[in-house]
Amino acid sequence: MGAQIRVYRQKIASTTSMRKIFKAMELIATSRIGKARARVAASLPYSNAITRAVSAVATQSEIDHPLVREPEQIRRAAVVIVASDRGLAGSYSAGVLKQAEQLAELLGKEGKEIEYYLVGRKAQAYFEFRDRSFTRVWTGGTDAPEFATAREIGAAVLEAFATDYEKGGVDEIHIVSTRFQSMVVQVPQVVRLLPLEVVEEEAASEAELLPLYEFEPETEQVLDALLPRYIEVRIFAALLQAAASELAARQRAMKSAGDNATELIKKYTRLRNTARQAEITQELSEIVAGADALNAS
Amino acid sequence: MAVLDVEIVAADHFVWSGEAKMVKARTSDGEIGILAGHSPLLAIMAPGELVIDPVDGSRITADVDGGFFSVDSNRVVIVADNAQLRDGVSATAGTR
Repeated sequence: MGAQIRVYRQKIASTTSMRKIFKAMELIATSRIGKARARVAASLPYSNAITRAVSAVATQSEIDHPLVREPEQIRRAAVVIVASDRGLAGSYSAGVLKQAEQLAELLGKEGKEIEYYLVGRKAQAYFEFRDRSFTRVWTGGTDAPEFATAREIGAAVLEAFATDYEKGGVDEIHIVSTRFQSMVVQVPQVVRLLPLEVVEEEAASEAELLPLYEFEPETEQVLDALLPRYIEVRIFAALLQAAASELAARQRAMKSAGDNATELIKKYTRLRNTARQAEITQELSEIVAGADALNAS
Repeated sequence: MAVLDVEIVAADHFVWSGEAKMVKARTSDGEIGILAGHSPLLAIMAPGELVIDPVDGSRITADVDGGFFSVDSNRVVIVADNAQLRDGVSATAGTR
């Protein structure tokens, strides 16, 4: 009997200390989401300016640039997977990886080879555990991405894209990440990064029409400078959105973990009380029985 | 007199915005000065100095290491890879 009470006490103690961790992680995630969302907002002016400039060039000249040219045959595709560095974020990383697997299946059916570029330790662990190869991995700072990381990823995929298939290059690039829709909804999504599909800005009215720009030095050079930046911006935006999503997912996961811990503590406390009461009752009846036996003799 | 509406943005933060009389930047071909009424232009910037003459206040100088800028209907958007305002001017959103 005594053993039972001890077991329940241990369970209550460990659940309580776990609940403290969950609460702390929830609070940290909550405080960081605001910052992550502010960073998403802060990156908007830059990306808007670049998008506008790219569409200005696109509307004005028929773009013929290696980055936008559709290859005749796509034989190898690169897939960039943006997952998280740390766990305890519910199904966040699993969601992204599942999406990536679906994409891989689709690409596989089209007869394309796949090269993986991973972001985040969880993605790396997933691949290493399954003994699957990947080209490059970036870890550290998935919850607060730096622009330098986006630039590095951009440079790596652009280099792969510029290389011929025969020399191990890729013909198209996809990025799998999580889009932050709201605090409760984050959707894993696939975006094709390259070849670029330049979306021409839709002019709402005559006044909105983009003016005829002069280019300096030449349209070609302007494109050379603009398009890689555009890609970096797209990658950076994906990283920032993923960071906000990761934190939101973690906050939600920790909230429900904390709630579950509270439930468990309540349940174990009740069981412990019952066990204690049972022990007291038994002791009492033993004493009474003993006294009765003495009296009878 | 018409003024230029200038906006400087860097990759991960907003740097400065305001009205200006003149913007001077270094492009890959050389220095270019922009006054109000300049024809639409999209140019690549070379690393160097960016000078802005605001309508009020003292001249602003920033160091940029590449980027581009666009000009249309008196609106100048300077997209810098990395822009650092020289001392004396506090950045609107703060530089890291």
